[in-house]
Amino acid sequence: MLETEVLVIGGGPAGLKAALSAARQGAEVTLVERDPFLGGQLVKQTHMFFGSKEQYASERGVNIAKILSKEVEENDKIRVLKDTTALGYYEDRRVAIEMEGKFETVNHKALIAATGAQENTLVFPNCDLPGIYGAGAVQTLMNVHGVVPGNKVAMVGAGNIGVIVSYQLLQAGIDVVAIIEAMPKIGAYLVHASKVRRMGVPIYTSHTVVEARGKDCLESIVISQIDDKWQPVEGTGRKLDVDVLCVSVGLTPLTELLFQAGCKMAFIGELGGHVALRDINMETTVPNIFVAGDVSGIEEASAAMVEGQVAGLTAAKNLGYGLDDYEEKVAAAHKELDGLRRGPVGGKIRAGLDKLYKEGEVAV
Amino acid sequence: MRIEKHPILVFEKGPKVRFYFDGKEMEGYAGEPVAAALHAAGVRVLSHSQIHNRPRGFWCAIGNCSSCNMRINGVPNVRSCVEPLKEGMIVETQKGKGDLNA
Ligand code: FES
Repeated sequence: MLETEVLVIGGGPAGLKAALSAARQGAEVTLVERDPFLGGQLVKQTHMFFGSKEQYASERGVNIAKILSKEVEENDKIRVLKDTTALGYYEDRRVAIEMEGKFETVNHKALIAATGAQENTLVFPNCDLPGIYGAGAVQTLMNVHGVVPGNKVAMVGAGNIGVIVSYQLLQAGIDVVAIIEAMPKIGAYLVHASKVRRMGVPIYTSHTVVEARGKDCLESIVISQIDDKWQPVEGTGRKLDVDVLCVSVGLTPLTELLFQAGCKMAFIGELGGHVALRDINMETTVPNIFVAGDVSGIEEASAAMVEGQVAGLTAAKNLGYGLDDYEEKVAAAHKELDGLRRGPVGGKIRAGLDKLYKEGEVAV
Repeated sequence: MRIEKHPILVFEKGPKVRFYFDGKEMEGYAGEPVAAALHAAGVRVLSHSQIHNRPRGFWCAIGNCSSCNMRINGVPNVRSCVEPLKEGMIVETQKGKGDLNA
């Protein structure tokens, strides 16, 4: 059995920041990461970040991953367990892990779940054909491993991920035939959307995939316009010959451990599905279990990092560390979060959080 | 298909290794996921579904979904999207849910 004060599960942007923040306040931290490397999904993000200097504006995600991983690896208060998967939450504050093929348990005083999210699927005839992949999956294959799975790609979803991955496919020399979006307007930031448009990729709004065709692998798709009741409009169907269809229709938080730990959960569509009820300092209804990043509600990596800071600072404070500067540091982090969530782009997350805190009042 | 030139990224690769896919000799780079090596070689069908025997490829490529399960060195249900490639690996298309004794 391993012992630690603060156990962080997940070495993505939220988990790395959480580990650093807790350790810098003086807590002893163990960070568990399933992959053989740190950085989570930052490692495939070649686009530059927005935000302020604290949030690594103008830096590419892949470089942010390098900076944070190095800081974590060099911090002697943090024990890093890579290639290690959290398997379950047991009674007596114990987490079971698989480490290099062996079963272990980790006893902890505080837990920060930064487990991230998974890509949503889309259901249509033959949606299981090889060639139909999550957009993030293709981004991983292409940007981390330097392999592309086909030559002609269609993208479903004109949100930020769909549009950014389309642009990166073009950068890698792949033909992107179309971006298909069910909503009447493009969800992505305009800077990203106009880039792909300039490169000649049509974005079909109010459109959906009606079916996929192919024998062993994807050969073509049929798309169609949809009306305001999401029904295909007759006579608008068209066939696109593609060997890859990327699906980018949102993410769902990976909350299994939180359910197991007995955290009160609520389904909040704006946050991506089931999430743990929590207070503004990221503490769930189970004392000393925290959440940070996509698992607490789907948002950008910049917000995930600041949430990680808040969770790390507060977990350390609960254990008696860094009491003198806690208030000041956590207030600064909240100010950053408010900044990131301002304006129309933050509308959805603000609505989701309002619901979350309301549910919290009912539950308590 | 491998990306030869990229405007932003340089891909650091391990040494070239040989492996076997359904008995056929193939080449890839040590340490890259088995599924990446297979896709670079044009292989996209990794398994077949349990009931209807439909072809399956990867879905998430980060070890979340099990869509890419293959039989590797005799062990079924290995997620090929995160399993690092090694010299001499025996990789097989998985049929159904896999059998430890097969
Ligand atoms: S593709 Fe999802 S686990 Fe491999």
